[in-house]
Amino acid sequence: MTNKKSINDEPMLGFEEQLKAQANELKELIDGGNVAGALAIISELNETRDKTLYQEVGRLTRTLHESIRNFHIDTANAATDEEVSKIEDASDRLAYVVDLTNKAANKTLDLVEETMPYASGISTEAKQLKDDWSRLQRKEMKPDEFRQLTAKMGTFLAKLSKDSDKVYSNLSAILLAQDFQDLTGQVINRVTTLVKDVEENLVKLVTMAGKVDQMTGNVSQTIEKQETNMQGEGPQIHAETQDDVVSGQDDVDDLLSSLGF
Amino acid sequence: MNKDMKILVVDDFSTMRRIIKNLLRDLGFANTDEADDGNTALPMLQTGKYDFLVTDWNMPGMTGIDLLRNVRSDDNLKTLPVLMVTAEAKRDQIVAAAQAGVNGYVVKPFTAAVLKEKIEKIFERIDS
Repeated sequence: MTNKKSINDEPMLGFEEQLKAQANELKELIDGGNVAGALAIISELNETRDKTLYQEVGRLTRTLHESIRNFHIDTANAATDEEVSKIEDASDRLAYVVDLTNKAANKTLDLVEETMPYASGISTEAKQLKDDWSRLQRKEMKPDEFRQLTAKMGTFLAKLSKDSDKVYSNLSAILLAQDFQDLTGQVINRVTTLVKDVEENLVKLVTMAGKVDQMTGNVSQTIEKQETNMQGEGPQIHAETQDDVVSGQDDVDDLLSSLGF
Repeated sequence: MNKDMKILVVDDFSTMRRIIKNLLRDLGFANTDEADDGNTALPMLQTGKYDFLVTDWNMPGMTGIDLLRNVRSDDNLKTLPVLMVTAEAKRDQIVAAAQAGVNGYVVKPFTAAVLKEKIEKIFERIDS
């Protein structure tokens, strides 16, 4: 987002300084019995407070407006006048990532499931032939059996050549199916940028709203978020830097064995 | 360990179900069914057809931990061996699963060897 304007603290500081300076004056006037003078100062303070408050609310509104505008896609490039919000766009993009990874995983699984029987078939037949071959080497084979072995060997070699070609082409297809990483990576990076921008703007808004609260004397109640991780959180991204997270299966095993498992 | 035992694999991602089913088949367990969350899995389990439950934690509808708790509170199912295969890796979650009566806990990403070891361990303990 282009709006990087820093938050201007001047009005707030001005009001605080004035409050500080005039508080003493106010006390002196009251102590001296000058009620009219004291009231004049109070109304002066009130006026400054109101003015500062209006300024803050004005800036809050502006920032809010800018932030909302920034959430929208570049309308000049949009095909229709209808504005597509970036958030909606981001959801679509993430749905695309799920779709792409789903397709790639299924394609890979299909190919693996298709290839496995070839590998186990080759292995089984090779073992049989190896046994026959050992008998031949030990000269335990009758001429008739030898002829059978030769025939079997010929068939096996032809099949081996055909099946290895199939295994090779399936492996190449699995290799190609990994191209989703590049595509999804790009999409996720774009969405990450958007989320960062949104967060930045939200933080700005919260800071400004906080100032308005301060001026009006509002104390916002923060409701403590209860931890409900029993719903599940999904994969831990920074497992190695978090103390409350296990770093792998070994840690899980240690923890469970400490619990008597 | 009976290789013909009927296993229910519960995960909301079909690819993960396929992976687990394939790994189980490689380990000799070909008799498997699938469910995509606890709400689908529980009625299937209540038919009494299953000998072993492999479940994910984080699923829409009923989560794996709630499924586990439901299984343990059901008189007909409370002894069913349950293996949790999940990306949930917080210590208090693992402790909660243990307290809820899980028989084994595998964190994703996992290997075929780990899955094999945990299943063997579960049935070693049950058979002994």
